This record gives sequence, structure tokens and C-alpha cells, in this order.
Amino acid sequence: MPFIPHTEEDVSAMLGAIGAASIEELFDEIPPALKTGKLKDVPDGLPEMAVARLMQERASADGFWSSFIGAGVYEHHIPAAIWQITTRGEFYSAYTPYQAEASQGTLQLIYEYQTMMTRLTGLDVSNASLYDGASALAEAVLMAVRSHKTSRRVLVPKTVHPIYRRVVDTTVKNQGIELVELAYDPTTGHTVLPADPGSFAGLVIPQPNFFGVLEDVHAMTDWAHDKGALAIALVNPTTLAVLEAPGQWGSRSNQGGGADIAVGEGQPLGAPMASGGPYFGFMCCRQAFVRQMPGRIVGRTVDLDGKPGFTLTLQAREQHIRRSKATSNICTNQGLVVTAATQYMALLGPQGLAKVASVSHAGTVALAEKLAAIPGVTRAFTSPYFHEVVLKLNDNARDVLRALRAQGILGGLDISGWYPELGHAILVCVTETKTAADLDHYAQHMERILSKRREAPPCAYKN
Amino acid sequence: MLIFDHSRPGRTATAQLPAAGGSLDDLPANLRRRDAPALPEVSELDVVRHYTRLSQKNFSIDTQFYPLGSCTMKYNPRACNSLAMLPQFLARHPASPDETGQGFLTSMFELQEMLKDVTGMAGVSMAPMAGAHGEFAGVAMIRAYHDARGDTARREMIVPDAAHGTNPASAVMCGYTVKEIPTDASGSIDLAALRAAVGPQTAGLMLTNPSTLGVFEKTIADIQKIVHDAGGLLYYDGANLNAILGKVRPGDMGFDVIHMNLHKTFSTPHGGGGPGAGPVGVAERLLPFMPIPLVLNENGFYRLATEADLPQSIGRMSANMGNAGVLMRAYVYARLLGREGMHRVAEYATLNANYLMARLREAGFDLAFPERRASHEFIVTLKKLKDTTGVSAMDFAKRLLDYGFHAPTTYFPMLVPECLLIEPTETESRETLDGFVEAMITIKREAETSPDLVKGAPYSLPVRRLDDVRAARELDLAYKPTA
Ligand SMILES: Cc1ncc(COP(=O)(O)O)c(C=O)c1O
Repeated sequence: MPFIPHTEEDVSAMLGAIGAASIEELFDEIPPALKTGKLKDVPDGLPEMAVARLMQERASADGFWSSFIGAGVYEHHIPAAIWQITTRGEFYSAYTPYQAEASQGTLQLIYEYQTMMTRLTGLDVSNASLYDGASALAEAVLMAVRSHKTSRRVLVPKTVHPIYRRVVDTTVKNQGIELVELAYDPTTGHTVLPADPGSFAGLVIPQPNFFGVLEDVHAMTDWAHDKGALAIALVNPTTLAVLEAPGQWGSRSNQGGGADIAVGEGQPLGAPMASGGPYFGFMCCRQAFVRQMPGRIVGRTVDLDGKPGFTLTLQAREQHIRRSKATSNICTNQGLVVTAATQYMALLGPQGLAKVASVSHAGTVALAEKLAAIPGVTRAFTSPYFHEVVLKLNDNARDVLRALRAQGILGGLDISGWYPELGHAILVCVTETKTAADLDHYAQHMERILSKRREAPPCAYKN
Repeated sequence: MLIFDHSRPGRTATAQLPAAGGSLDDLPANLRRRDAPALPEVSELDVVRHYTRLSQKNFSIDTQFYPLGSCTMKYNPRACNSLAMLPQFLARHPASPDETGQGFLTSMFELQEMLKDVTGMAGVSMAPMAGAHGEFAGVAMIRAYHDARGDTARREMIVPDAAHGTNPASAVMCGYTVKEIPTDASGSIDLAALRAAVGPQTAGLMLTNPSTLGVFEKTIADIQKIVHDAGGLLYYDGANLNAILGKVRPGDMGFDVIHMNLHKTFSTPHGGGGPGAGPVGVAERLLPFMPIPLVLNENGFYRLATEADLPQSIGRMSANMGNAGVLMRAYVYARLLGREGMHRVAEYATLNANYLMARLREAGFDLAFPERRASHEFIVTLKKLKDTTGVSAMDFAKRLLDYGFHAPTTYFPMLVPECLLIEPTETESRETLDGFVEAMITIKREAETSPDLVKGAPYSLPVRRLDDVRAARELDLAYKPTA
């Protein structure tokens, strides 16, 4: 029996000890009418060899692509050591570290992770992870509302990832919280701060924003603070190697200014793209807000002999203690991915992470220049951008991307549906995994496809 | 020693760095970072050795028996991991077109269909990323359903006092108030209290069955009728699905919406705290409200559903497709087990629990519900031992660690004093269970003869008992070098 070790002799001896005649008898408290018949849609079991073959066939069918899609999930090199160590049974098959003495490995690792994240974001404290970047943003919005005495409004720029905005909406809409959308400047791609925002609890500040555009985070942070609201940074951790840390945003960062909360998607730190997960959301904040923070937190303390050790702490914020009054319902988080991310940050170090960020960025600039030199391709915005860029096409984005796909290239994300005002627009990203030859290959095909379509436009009905 | 203690200025894991650098000269100076982040500067061997050593300070299923009640710590088959991590699966960007992921999406669709079958629900969405996330989705669907009918006075969620803390917390996140109802002496829901609690304000009832007390709610048909007659919906917390997998289906018990913890029942790893996966299943009337994305099959072409397909959906739970890689592991597990294997899960989990319960009873331990069958788990109460020796459930748990067993769940559910909630799972052998019984007997004897020995445990782990009060008072949540 797969994964069940019992011999026939075990079963009869165990039933004897229980005093039952059959296994079925152990279910005698269940009303017979409720018993399930045979399952219909579960096929017969297969040996590992056969399942392996099936999965290998499916993996081959999906294949490898030359991808220039980013939009919050980035293809970075993942050192071989990371997942070999992460999938060691002692990390992989351990539970949440509630029994601290038997979980010092996981607990110390989380403490190191929290330390690295506070250093990356320039904030005081970090939690042990949330589900993903979008759900972390939703939790930050809730946290801002809890921290603000009067307002239940939060300002969310349209330059925040459209799906993140939907996740936030799903999460907070039943709690009487109002999300106010802020427009962006059609030329620069920057968020426009409204003249008369009314009272609000928090302002979300994406850096870089969904378009890759660098926002004026200093002005936005000061503005939010001037209005008595929290500044919520939404950041890509890779970029923090070279872009200013949220804790240093604004003109008063040395007087307790700076962003109050920083959240984002942890995937770039060593998690494979894997069709969507598992990744992790990170959350850091200033010390003053630590008791409003959702999720697990590890602290360092001492044992009976005075020796340092690690344990989960501030649990009075959490659902297992506080139940309906908890800061969040989150229990299981994304621990194993944090295990990978901690090793990633240690392996890359400050130099390595900065190099990943700068090489990715330089590649994006190089590709954007090559593409923008092609007739029919222009940059959508004039402002400086980081590691991702919006390009406008004078042709149907979906069709162009499909033609690129025929060449093995995933040329970017079509964002025309989310931002119809941009016309045919694609969001393009380059990471350090792409060579100069990859960029040339992409540009050559883009040029060929656009010129061919210009000379011989496809018949509308042929699509 | 922390990883930071290994750090030396200028040391790098050079093989991991891109060969060339890139220019940042086009960026405005005021947006660039002034001080580099103080991440560790270490070699690759430093990292490998440090984290391998840390791993060795953990208990885990792969190294110890882990009878943690309510958590279903069964063996996580290795093939589930290696096949979910095939390189093409890992390389796929979530925003790639569906055409480039038919292998992945086929697997997801088939898992979705299998989950429907084993739970008896009309639809399944795998968007939620853990049990609590599934609870949120489920309660949000209940609310969307009532609201869509204009039935907006239903703002109260009923939750038994034995429920997991996530249940009331999830209800509150959906804007509901929580009404707790008591449990009777036999560990079942107090029907009279339930009758008194329901009314036009009732949105629903959240329930696990078997309950967190390790016993089956025999009156589930009455419970179902009381809640439905009052116009409420019935929510099933699938944390205990391992007890009934292949035996009883939540859909057949009359539940309208459920979540499953695939990191329990479908044996995906707990990973030291996650990631999990918390798919939700719904009855017919909640189908329009399911969270997106879910996987659709259009004549053999698989694609992710969008807002256009489910305009009444409660919305999205994550930026992408939930914890896709966890779902892949669950899919491989389901294929390895197959139909017969599914039917066996609850059978052998229940056999192991009842065997362990019988042996501990025989050894003189008090059961919380001695008249009842164990489901896949059961509760021992150490109240008498505490009263006579001063040794608490916590002390007992810590001493078990010295004997090489992970402790059972302690102090949950809170209504049984000095409780140990014990869940052996189906993947453990009789010899392992017997070894655990021996350790329990030994510790009981120690408690009776030298209680201080037990109260000082553990002795053989990397640290002794930790000062939790100090941890919370003198917060040290990030390392700061002392100059
Ligand atoms: C009974 C019960 N309900 C809900 C949950 C929450 O599930 P998760 O931790 O996956 O969010 C748990 C998990 O421990 C549980 O035991």
C-alpha cells in the first residue's frame, strides 16, 4: 500500500488491542447513510515510475521559452545550492516552529531573514512572511487603517499592479474600507497626487511602479505624512540593492520619517517562477507599528542556562491566541520559500544583489533602445525607469506577441486591456539571465514582424 | 553563530554573481541608494555549511515521529517534490499564455476534478494559499451569496468554542461578528445552544467534522437542518479531512462550502511553517462566487478563468495562480495514491489513532472522551497528573523531545485542560507507535517519582527551555551588532 507500512499481521494485532473486529467498525459513529461509495473521478494509483514518466511528458510539452515578461515575477538565476538545502527533509518536512527547542534551525533562519529584510528596507522590524506580494499589500492596507485613529480610506495609485489592486479590493471590501484610485500622468507615468484628497489612513507608494517608472518617493512620503497618513512602500527587493531604502524616503527620514510600512513580492529572491508560486510576501515596518503587524515574528531570547536561542514572539497579535480580535487570520505562511530567500540573500550579498539589479536594468535599457529604434515602437513614458519598461506598438499587441511566440520568444505582457488609454502597449523586462544575443534575437524578430505586418496587413477575418 | 558572524568585508560567493556589471548612470541620484544594504558577505561554502547545520537543529517528519494533532504530519513523498520541480515547470512565468502551459494546466484541472470527487462538492477553486486563506474565501462567498439575494441582515457567523482560531479571525475579516457556541460533555456541538443561536442574523456556521476534539459530530444531519432552516450556510473547515478521506464527503453531509488543507491531507510539506494550499469547494448555489483563477477545460484546451468568466466572483486571492507548485505536489500525491489509496487514508489514519488511544488508556492515561471512538486523532488530558505532581502538559511535551519524539499539540483545543492532541497519521508503523507509548509511560513514571526532572526538560536539544516572557518584553527581532 503506497506510504502505509502495515502488514496484515499488524492490522489484526492492532484491531485486537482496540477490541474491534474490522477497520470498518472504527467508523461506527458515522451515520451509515453518509458513507461514500467508490470515488468516480480519481484514477487508479500509479507507481512512481509511471507518474514520473507522465510528468516528464507534460513538462516537455510546456518546454522552455525566451521570456521577457516581468510584471512582478522575475526570472533570476537561482544558485544550485539553495533548493538542495531548502529541500533537505529537516527544513522541508518540519512544522511551524511552535516547539521552539526542537525548531532552532528554522527559528534562527527566520531571525536572520528578518534581519536581512530590515537592512534591505531600512525599517526596524520584519515579520516571518505573508502569502505573496499582493496579499501582503492588502495586509498593509488593513494595518494602516488599524493604525489610523479616524480614517478608513487608503489611496492606491493606478500605477500599482492591476491584479494587486484587485486582491486588495477582495480582501478589504467587507470591512468598510474605501480604496481611492489615484491617476497617473500620461506623459511621465508618475502618480499624480490629488489637490484635495480628504482624510486618509495610508498612501501606497510603488517603487518602481507597475510601468517600471520610478516614482518621486520622497515627495510622496512627505505628502502622506503631512496629511497625517502612513506611507506604505510597495517595492521589489532586488531593486533595493541600488534604489533608496523605504526607511530613507522623504526629507525627514532621519527624524523618524521614511516609509512606515514596506511590503512586496519576495519571489525575485530565489523562488522559481513555477507558474505562480509558491512565493512569499514580505512586510517590514517601523518599531512603533510592530503590534499592528500581521503574521509570525521570531525573537531572540535566552534559555534556562542563559544561552541565546530563538522563539516565536508577540503571539498575542495572532489568531491562535486572540481569535476574532487578531490582527489577521493568517496562520500557515510561506516558510520554505523564506528558507530559500535567506540563503539567496546570503549568497548574493550586497555586491551580488547590486550586480543582479544593475545588469538587469542595463539589459532593459539596451533592449528598450533597440526596440524603440524600430518603426512602430515607442516608449510610453518619458521618465526614468528601472528594469522594466512600457512600449507602445502601432499594431495589435496580442498579434505581435503571438508572432514572437512562434519564434520561441515571450515578448512581454500585453497591458492594453488594463490600460486602454495607452493603446497597444506591452510591458517588457530583462533580467541578468539574458545575453546580448538574446536581446538581438528579440529585436530582429520584432523588426521583421512589424515590417511584414506593415507591408502585408493580415486580413481581419483570418484571425 | 549567525550568518552575520561569518561575514567579512569584500568576501563573495563569486560564482553566483553575473560576470559583467551594468550601468545605473541613467537613474536620478536622489532615488539611488546611499548606503549598501548590510547583507552578509560570505563564501558559497559558508552558506552551505551554515544552513545545513541549522537544518540539523530541527525536528522533522523525515527524522522523527511527529504526532502533532490537527496538523496531519504524514510522510511527504519525495517524488512529489522532484516531479513538481522539473525544470520546465519551474521556468514557466505565470503570465505566460495558456498555450505554453498545457502540461501544467492539465495537471491542475485534473487535481481540481479529483478534489471535487473526494469532497462531493460541485466546484473547486485552488486560488487560496493556505487553510486560513481558504476560510476567508469561503466566508466571503457566503457573504456574496447572501448579499446577491438582498439578504443583507445576515451579519453573524456562528463558531463552536472548540474551533481553530483562524475560523473566528476569518469571519471578522469578512465583516462578520462572531457568535461562539459551547460543546457538550461528549465533545459534540450543543444542539440546544445552536438552536438558540440561529436566526435571521445568521450568515452561517463554521464547523470541522470530526471536530478539533477528535470525535465525529454524530448529529451532523440535525446541525445541517438547524442552520439551513434558519437561512444560514454551512462551512466545513477541512483541516481534519484526513479523518474521512474516502469515507465520508463534506458535500454529502450538507456542507455548502469547504476548504481543504492540501499541506495536511494531500501530504504537501509544511516547510517549517508553509507554504500550504487551501482550495475551496462549493455547492451548486455558490458556483458563481468562486475566487479566480480556476482552470477551465474547453474541448481539451485548458485555460485559466478570468473575471469575464465569473463576473460575480469574490475576486482574486493572489497576484498569480495561488501556490501552484504546492498544487503540483498534491497532484503527484493523488496520482501515486489513486482511488484505492484515497479510500485507505482515513482507514489507516483511524486505525493508528484508535490503536494509540487504546494503548495509552491501558497504560493509565486519561482520555478526554473515553466513551468515544477516536477519529484520526484524540485527546489525552493530564489534568490529574498536573494536580498530583505539578507536571503540566507543556512539561510533558518538552520531555518527549528528549526521547526523540516531536510533542503532540498542547493547549489546543483550549476547552480541555492540560491536553495533548495526538494525531499519528496513516504513514507510521506499529513499531513507531509502540515506541511512542513506551516514552509516554516512562515520562509518566518520571513525573510521579521525580517531577522536577520533567519540569526542567528538554536537556538534549540545542537549547533548553526558552524565556518567552523576555522574548516579548525585550524585543530582539533583528540582529544589531554591538559596535
Ligand atoms: C482546525 C484547523 N483549522 C484551520 C487551520 C488553518 O490552516 P492554515 O494554517 O493552513 O491557514 C488549522 C491549521 O493549523 C487547523 O488545524
